[in-house]
Amino acid sequence: MSRRSEIVLAGSGGQGVLLSGTLLAEAAILEGANVVQTVSYGIATRGGTSMTEVIVDDGEIVFQQVEKPDVVLAMSPEAMKTYEASAGEGALVLYDTTFVEERQGKNLAGFPFTDTAAKMGNVGLANIIALGFLCAASGVLTQDALETAISERFSDKKRDANLAALRAGAAAAASVFAPA
Amino acid sequence: MKNHGRLLQGNEAMAQGALYAGARFYAGYPITPSSEIAQECSRVMPKLGGVYMQMEDEIASMAAIIGASLTGAKTFTATSGPGFSLMQENLGLAIMGEVPCVVMNVQRSGPSTGLATKPAQADIMQIRWGRHGDQELIALSPSSVAECFSLTVEAFNLAEMLRTPVVIAADEIVAHMRENIVIPEPGEIPVIDRAKPTGDPAAYRPFAPAPHGVPPMSAYGSEYIMHVSSSMHGPDGYSNNSPDNAARQIARKNGKFEHHRADIVKTKAFDADDAEVLFVAFGAVTRAARAAAAKLRANGVKAGVLQLVTVWPFPTEAVAELGSRAKTVVVPEMNYHGQIAGEVKKVLGADADVRRVNGWNGQIITPRDILKAI
Repeated sequence: MSRRSEIVLAGSGGQGVLLSGTLLAEAAILEGANVVQTVSYGIATRGGTSMTEVIVDDGEIVFQQVEKPDVVLAMSPEAMKTYEASAGEGALVLYDTTFVEERQGKNLAGFPFTDTAAKMGNVGLANIIALGFLCAASGVLTQDALETAISERFSDKKRDANLAALRAGAAAAASVFAPA
Repeated sequence: MKNHGRLLQGNEAMAQGALYAGARFYAGYPITPSSEIAQECSRVMPKLGGVYMQMEDEIASMAAIIGASLTGAKTFTATSGPGFSLMQENLGLAIMGEVPCVVMNVQRSGPSTGLATKPAQADIMQIRWGRHGDQELIALSPSSVAECFSLTVEAFNLAEMLRTPVVIAADEIVAHMRENIVIPEPGEIPVIDRAKPTGDPAAYRPFAPAPHGVPPMSAYGSEYIMHVSSSMHGPDGYSNNSPDNAARQIARKNGKFEHHRADIVKTKAFDADDAEVLFVAFGAVTRAARAAAAKLRANGVKAGVLQLVTVWPFPTEAVAELGSRAKTVVVPEMNYHGQIAGEVKKVLGADADVRRVNGWNGQIITPRDILKAI
């Protein structure tokens, strides 16, 4: 079976979407797939639109950019504005209700990633909570591979905090997407 | 399971490729989108007994890698448009003094400081003609993280083989892209070192005629005395104003690239043999061109891609061969004036159907953009 996933992670500079994309890419390699991650950001380290695209494929990835996303994460109102229409084209669009107004619609799911991170004591973990949520909701990658990728990148307390954030995100997705 | 390697960024791959080739001296001034090359060198060089020097600017960076190369080291720097502009004068010195070194120019949108984080391929003519005087140099352009690595090794090999600066004409897309890459084992890619003088040191002439135009190169401090001057010099390196000498030196310094043309000029062809629509592309845009060609093939159009791995000297032979066979040639590139399209036209003639696809707003050229030209 041919495997291909096109994932877009978008937000504001400083929210950590680029790192989330890199962790996704590292996890994809652990699963034996080929991967390309591209990035787009402005000249400031905080603010401005920051976006990363990850393509996972069993075969060669020729064009490096996402043309039709399967999954989108929008961490800011600007990102949501850019990618909301993807939901109508079949992409699962996930967004942070801390910043983006909640809305109803097919293929749309919101969760307060940043508020949850703040409650866990570190708003900087919002990107990892979102990553756990995204993977559990979409099934593009296994949680095992992501946990390994996180464990290889971080050590000690940072690793534990990131793993806890990832699991919190996955658990949140399980409750949001639970059969009614 | 197949070894899918590890995730590496294009900039990191260029730095790693340099280390693989034996480079142990980096001097530079960090600038987006090349900064990760400096970062990687600052991290790794000290551990390998090498040198990482952060300079006050790009003029000094270029001067430092020339000086260090003259002591026998393999040296490099990395920059982007604004820094590359500052390097031109000393790059001319490296050409005149026949000093091997590698300059990584990660192209971003200009002019001037432009769009600092956005890609472009608009330095192609500057790379070739940015300095005054009769001269040649080599430029290679990677389209993937794997090529960022392999072409950097190749760049050092050519620099050493020809005693010349080599430019890596990368773009922001490949430089900031991450892909899974299997790093070659030591010995898997050949590594070439400059030819050193032998025989009687008193008879050594660093700029003498030589087979294939490349005289052996001594190192400062060795018993083979080497004098290097930016001014016209005789075979011994000391000033020489004779017209006959100038004619010989300029002819040799340029002719060595013709002698080694087969080693230097590399292209890759994708479904190009029977192509009626030929895309001529380089750098990251090669990938959009390949995707566009695949879409055309799926619709029964014989389309293919010629990737210019070497940008300078221009791959005239491959463009002429495949381009004259095609009915339509399309050149997609991230610049306003069609810098490579102009070269393709020069090869194929005014009557050839050569079409341009240009992007100059810092956005990536897509397969869809390219297909609009058909």
